[in-house]
Amino acid sequence: MAKRVKFKLNGVELEADEGRLVIDAAKDAGVEIPHYCYHPALGNPGNCRMCVVEVAGAPKPLVSCRTGVREGMDVKSDSPAIKRAQASALELHLVNHPLDCPVCDQSGECGLQDYYMKIGKYQSQVREDKQHKGKRIEAGPHVMLDQERCILCTRCTRFVDDITKTHELGIFGRGHEERIEVTPGMTLDNAYSGNVVDICPVGALTDRDFRYKVRVWYLDKTDSVCPGCSRGCNISVHTNTIRPWHNDGKRVARLKPRLNPDVNGHWMCDDGRYGFGNLDADRLGRVLRLTPEKQDVSWETAADEIGKRFKNNITIVASGMLSNEDWASLKNVFPKAELYFSSEPDQVGEEDELLRKRDKVPNLKGAENLGLKSGTFDALAKDLESGKINNLYVIERDLAKIWGLERAKTLLAKAEFSVFQGPNKGPLGDSYHYRLPATAYVEEEGHFTNFNGVIQPYKKALDPIGSARPDWEIFGLLHMAMKGVPA
Amino acid sequence: MTKILTKHFDEPKLHELETYRRLDGYKGLDKALTMAPADVTAEVLKSNLRGLGGAGFPTGAKWGTVPPADKVPGPRYVVVNADESEPGCYKDRVLLTRAPHQLIEGLLIASHAIGAKESFIFVRGEYQNQYDIVEKALKEADAAGLTKTCSIKLMRGAGAYISGLDTALLETMEGKKAWPRQPPPFPTVAGLMAKPTVVNNVETLSMLPFILREGAEAFAKIGSPKNGGTVVFSVSGHVEKEGIYEVPMGSKLRDVLALAGGVRAGHKLKCVIPGGTSMPPLLEKDLDLALDFDAIRAAGTFLGAGGMIVLDETVDAVEVAHNIERFLTHESCGQCTPCREGSFWSEEILERILDGKGTADDMPNLTRVGENITGKVICALGDTVGVVTRAYMSKFPEDFKKRIPHGQAS
Repeated sequence: MAKRVKFKLNGVELEADEGRLVIDAAKDAGVEIPHYCYHPALGNPGNCRMCVVEVAGAPKPLVSCRTGVREGMDVKSDSPAIKRAQASALELHLVNHPLDCPVCDQSGECGLQDYYMKIGKYQSQVREDKQHKGKRIEAGPHVMLDQERCILCTRCTRFVDDITKTHELGIFGRGHEERIEVTPGMTLDNAYSGNVVDICPVGALTDRDFRYKVRVWYLDKTDSVCPGCSRGCNISVHTNTIRPWHNDGKRVARLKPRLNPDVNGHWMCDDGRYGFGNLDADRLGRVLRLTPEKQDVSWETAADEIGKRFKNNITIVASGMLSNEDWASLKNVFPKAELYFSSEPDQVGEEDELLRKRDKVPNLKGAENLGLKSGTFDALAKDLESGKINNLYVIERDLAKIWGLERAKTLLAKAEFSVFQGPNKGPLGDSYHYRLPATAYVEEEGHFTNFNGVIQPYKKALDPIGSARPDWEIFGLLHMAMKGVPA
Repeated sequence: MTKILTKHFDEPKLHELETYRRLDGYKGLDKALTMAPADVTAEVLKSNLRGLGGAGFPTGAKWGTVPPADKVPGPRYVVVNADESEPGCYKDRVLLTRAPHQLIEGLLIASHAIGAKESFIFVRGEYQNQYDIVEKALKEADAAGLTKTCSIKLMRGAGAYISGLDTALLETMEGKKAWPRQPPPFPTVAGLMAKPTVVNNVETLSMLPFILREGAEAFAKIGSPKNGGTVVFSVSGHVEKEGIYEVPMGSKLRDVLALAGGVRAGHKLKCVIPGGTSMPPLLEKDLDLALDFDAIRAAGTFLGAGGMIVLDETVDAVEVAHNIERFLTHESCGQCTPCREGSFWSEEILERILDGKGTADDMPNLTRVGENITGKVICALGDTVGVVTRAYMSKFPEDFKKRIPHGQAS
């Protein structure tokens, strides 16, 4: 344990660990000291000079991102001299900034705008022409670079140097000719490239997937957990429902990582970030009986009819997309069911040391913690082939991805009775006897347990489509039907 | 006048080991090697030797901050800063050309004092000739077994002014972009490759043979209080005899000017830049100023690295300020925003004034921009950006007002 010391910030006596950076200690106390270059995960080069504070006894202002708290230290971040220093540092950041806010995608969440309103509000003295640098440079598949808007805080170069260690970005030139550039011969296409957009405090690095789609002030933000792998990165789901005519009606505009030091730190991978692309596409909203002919039925009718079949033996195919609540409900309702939910062979992928895990679903651990065991899909295929499976219940899983479309079709046809339940139709959506619409993870709330056993809540960001319900609720309906309780 | 470094400059072959040895060369090193390292440091501290690269920090005190080997084991280095690039300074060039062994001896003494087994001479990229001379001298020293206690390696810069700043120099040596480091830690604690490193200027180290040979008192006696020994000025500009002049610390500006033959015939003194273009200028009224680190600082400018530029009445202060600011803009490393943007902005405003398009609020604005840079950046270059223009504006306001046609500047 670090030694606790007393110090003063703007006349208020505070306590902090000895040596904690003044900028962090101030933040702990609810005082935000303006800064650009400092980032808790990327170090403190001290080049933006925004975070200057007055320390009693120091001959000149010190940068609070490189000054540790000492016993009895007297720090001022709001004296007239410091306010002037901060405003002037901001002014110098803006001397050659294009001020193209109306057409800049960062507008509304820009460090320059925010601090101008907070500590700037001066009349510009710049009469000189602005300096011109490169614009609209495709840094990589996900990131667009505008060198004129860049304030050279070096966060992005530190990210590719220190975090991904891939070095696709660098600082080239000297003095006012200096600019961020893509390293010759490279493109910014590492598995975490989207993070440079998040850490860029200005509009220099923007998201090619998101730019010009929705203005950020139309977005609602909901805390969630990325379902892209078993890491369970904490994310914020940014949704647009108040301007539905923007962005082709896509309700989820983008995903952003959310700080969780124990799980993902500040970052998330590009797979997770851009994987939501088809969230509103190919969605299910109707409760359907598909044989002998396609017909809409009520939840109650469907539950009643399916429940009767499920009283006998039942085989369930599920996936790690289910929440802890879903798993628990599944276990209670179908205690004797044969379960197949292994991530092999279709829900596994690349793993690395930073964040990405091999299991590309968020919640296998939740099933494991309940003692649920999965059979292999090879065994299931054999059982289907030999006609042993009477009732097949497929939940949030695309059999075509496991066995290939043709084989899956053939195998599925061998089941006497089959039900599909999930948010997306998939290529086999019409090959079942019943089809039940389930909510996507952004339309429900629940918990995922990550590979490490951390149980994390995710919240509801959007209303379900059509009649879709969460999986656990559908299990409940079936349960009542099986027990003969009228709905 | 007493000379230390340039005493034997009349010897044509001073750069050769044999001649240097004949003139008491390497006797200081012999003496140092009989002493405990801490005693060498104490001797240097007692001599009042100040860092002659510009900062004027007491050399012995700097060495004293190197953590002792029992506390921080592992290698430690002495790096010679021979990246002389301040406009107006060329004394290191002459010292390297004429007396390379004097530097090597000084470097070996310093290395002994801090316990360095490996040391470096970082030569400015443009100093090709000097590099060759030092390389040859180093070979002689190696052959004579003088570098047994500490090996010396030569390195070259690639032409960036900022590399002359100690921490930027260390970054350059590590193969990185020459961006100054933000202390702490200071190089003596974590310098080259994060090991304790003393970075000293050529002239500073060249003083050491004398201090060890003749004793700290003899050295201290030559200079003024707290400013031991001599200082070498490289005088240029509107004087009769440009060249390098070694004078005791605390000599009067008037006397140094006289050595250089005074202002060129038929002209009047306008100002003297005492230590290289980064330093605010001195005026005629300052001619009796004593030239040492402390007295000159009290007069609002700096001794710097002794690059004295004498300007006569034919010179326009706006042109001077613009020229210096253009240099600083070109050489700003671009790390800190205030310097990167402020130098460029100041240069553009000055350019506009030069073009006759200045406005009444340009001068107050330049002052304001300058104030917003100085003291708010990592290194001294940025401080300079803000200081220089303000100095010329305050000392020669009429030159600026003359060029601003519309409205009198305040």
